[in-house]
Amino acid sequence: MPISNNLHQMFVKKILLCCFIVAAFNRTAAAQDTTDLMKMLENDIEKTTDYTTATFKTTRLINGHTVENVGKGVMDVKISHRFGKVNGGGYELFGLDNATMRLGFDFGLTNYLMVGIGRSTYQKTYDAFFKVKILRQSKGKRVMPITLSYVPTVALKTLKFEDPTRKNYFSSRLFFTHQLIIGRKISNGTSLQIMPTYTHQNLVQLASDPNDLFAIGIGGRQKLSKRISLNFEYYYQLPGYKLINTTNSLSVGFDIETGGHVFQLHFTNSQGMSERTFISETTGDWGKGDIFFGFNISRVFTIGKNHK
Amino acid sequence: MKRFFFTAAALIVFAAAANAQRVYTKNGLISFFSSTKMEDIKADNNQVLCVLNTQTGDLQFSLLNKGFHFPKALMEEHFNENYIESNKYPKSTFKGTVADITKVDFTKDGTYPVSVKGDLVMHGITKNITAAGNITVKGGKVTAAAKFMVKLADYNISIPGAVKSNISESIEITVKCDLDQKM
Repeated sequence: MPISNNLHQMFVKKILLCCFIVAAFNRTAAAQDTTDLMKMLENDIEKTTDYTTATFKTTRLINGHTVENVGKGVMDVKISHRFGKVNGGGYELFGLDNATMRLGFDFGLTNYLMVGIGRSTYQKTYDAFFKVKILRQSKGKRVMPITLSYVPTVALKTLKFEDPTRKNYFSSRLFFTHQLIIGRKISNGTSLQIMPTYTHQNLVQLASDPNDLFAIGIGGRQKLSKRISLNFEYYYQLPGYKLINTTNSLSVGFDIETGGHVFQLHFTNSQGMSERTFISETTGDWGKGDIFFGFNISRVFTIGKNHK
Repeated sequence: MKRFFFTAAALIVFAAAANAQRVYTKNGLISFFSSTKMEDIKADNNQVLCVLNTQTGDLQFSLLNKGFHFPKALMEEHFNENYIESNKYPKSTFKGTVADITKVDFTKDGTYPVSVKGDLVMHGITKNITAAGNITVKGGKVTAAAKFMVKLADYNISIPGAVKSNISESIEITVKCDLDQKM
């Protein structure tokens, strides 16, 4: 009997232990169940499309466009200056004595379509453009490796005709540029873009100059900090499709962002600030010190409401 | 005797399983509000995930930082790029418990003040926080609501000098989740 009693007690102890284990296990199961459910819900959410934003800080890289648009209902006022040639020496205060400027207004009609107008003192040029985002870089449910934008620009040169005795046409004042911009935000700090460009000039200076000009641009940015980035931009003009005695536009600069402003400071061998002037009519040569210091100031104002 | 323990064990198991009630939503709302003399900034995220275990009081929130929408496009860009750094830290989460869950009668309509304690993970930093909130039961539907402050410095979010007067150092967070799904 004592032996049997002992066995019985051991058995009871084991059962009790089992009970505790089961109860304890059950309690942890209960504690984990919100986690399991949350994991499930999070997996669902992660299946949505995540569009890349802020490939560049603003809609201009240095002289030319980036893949970026301004948001819907946003007006971006751009004031840009290019000073004189740095090789003007101390007499010209390294170019600071002279400046050309462009005043521009860009407006976002939708999040993928913006329009803009501007006036440059350089050759008294008015310009107007629209920019439409055709593809947006994204990951997640829908994967798109690049952002693709299309920017057509028309420029009107209002400088008096060089030869007023000749029969001059209004159309001779017009210049048309079409650009595709293929961009990719490679990492949080690094973005690159390629810009195939076609320009049509109704009137060119020399009989041997072509009216249809082709160039391929490449540009990029590397963020140095959250608010400062280093940018470069280069346009290569295809041989046979460029004006004689012109050079390729090369620019390097910085973006500095402070709240609603973006300041862009740069060095470039182009004096003009509208597409056809810097892409196809650059004459400056970096090697000879034909370098222009310049800046763009961008200030955005929200006019409409941002609906996303 | 043996049978008694088996029954007891089975009861404990079943009782716990039957009471494990989880309510959740995929469309909860979390807003934040920064108020300064210069500017008020408000942003909403209405795709907040929230799960509450009505038995244990376990409470979890999760949201994608990119889901916060602002009245100005540039604010949204700066929030994602410069402050919360959505690419590096895509999610913000909270995992904790409703301390006084037993006071809430989920079978009876009413508003029950509760205290929530747990870990808020934001911008890669985990902080234990306590917040006062309400659980409202109405017609069997459960709503969780709370309002609390977080200090940006606690989460290693720094505001540059140029915009210090536009962005408050502590941000008011408002939570409102209709937990209308059950599982």
